[in-house]
Amino acid sequence: MGRKFPLAVCFLFGVVMFIQYFSQSTAARNLNQTILDYWQIVFAFTLIVGVFSFFKNNVTHISRGADRPYRVVGLIGFCSMPILALIWGIKADTPFMWMFENVQAPMQSTVFALLAFFVASASFRGFRARSLPAAVLLISALLMLLSRSNIGGYFSSGLPEVANWVRDYPSMAARRAILIGIGLGSLTTSLRVIIGIERTWLGGEK
Amino acid sequence: MEMGTIIAGILTLAILSFLYRDNPIYKMAEYLLIGVSIGYVLVITWTNTLMSLLFVPLFAGSDLWLIIPLILGLLMWARFHKNIASLSRIPIGFMIGSGAGVAIPAMLYGRTLRQLSASVTPLVDSSGVPNISGIVVIAGLLTTLSYFYFSREHKGHFGRLAKVGTFFLMVFFGTTFGYTVMSRMSTFIGRMEFLLTDFLRLAN
Repeated sequence: MGRKFPLAVCFLFGVVMFIQYFSQSTAARNLNQTILDYWQIVFAFTLIVGVFSFFKNNVTHISRGADRPYRVVGLIGFCSMPILALIWGIKADTPFMWMFENVQAPMQSTVFALLAFFVASASFRGFRARSLPAAVLLISALLMLLSRSNIGGYFSSGLPEVANWVRDYPSMAARRAILIGIGLGSLTTSLRVIIGIERTWLGGEK
Repeated sequence: MEMGTIIAGILTLAILSFLYRDNPIYKMAEYLLIGVSIGYVLVITWTNTLMSLLFVPLFAGSDLWLIIPLILGLLMWARFHKNIASLSRIPIGFMIGSGAGVAIPAMLYGRTLRQLSASVTPLVDSSGVPNISGIVVIAGLLTTLSYFYFSREHKGHFGRLAKVGTFFLMVFFGTTFGYTVMSRMSTFIGRMEFLLTDFLRLAN
């Protein structure tokens, strides 16, 4: 029961979802939609388990005194969203959306913007044309950076066309090879999971 | 000035303070961001998934089949009790199995066959002129794939082929890096524009 039943469930739903792809019948379409809806529901429960875990973990740390002020702020932010949604709803111009637009969105985009500095400083330290492949990497990166900024126009008016060609052909060729690799890798992993060869998702315990 | 703009401006500066070094103001903003984001996801998941797909159809529409995902979802909570923790494998098995079943045809079609068919273009056009771009794509695809073929040692002609593949990979990594930096830079410009015009009102 501990391992065999979950493996059987995995096999059953894997085979059903695989087979239904080859059928155009209404019954197969409905079955597909129903299982996808169920999947979303179970995923939502999984997410709530994670949220509960976050809450529990923070409360434990606060009671121990570790990073107390920060964790309290985190919990206040966390609790405020469901409370605001419960009282005023989640439509436009509600306090819930105000929090999203004026607290969450600005901070989120600033964190993303911060990465520009770290990527740039990492590349400054890491980009050394020590070998031919490293030089190719450096040149293609510089080409993209220059062609997508105003400064590129000062060097050559044809720079954007060259950059577009590099992006659309040699770069695209490597991208496609990587995507094919990902596709074949995912396919074999999925097959291993359904057949029951790959069992790491069951965890270590009996 | 609106309260929202003041709050957003202060929080933006708090996050940017990390450029100086890790500090309590940044940490405070970071924890707030994590808390608010999780709260937001919780509310959206509750409203868009659990209410609209489960509770309303189950209790108002009397769709009793929905008891199945409800039970599966509740079994996830068994993780918190040591004696029945193994029961949580059942919903995980359902999610992993159905996800894998959907992934096989999707990956085969979208990631493999579509990419292959898009790469196979005429190498010489109707007037007999070689299609340089098409040749580059085919050469890049084959050499890069040979680089990722590890069942044979990269020696001799095969090794040279794989070596050419690394150059195509470097071009790809370079362009991807350039795009990433530029997208982050445009986000940063957006934040600076907000700070200078809306918050500090130093520019129009």
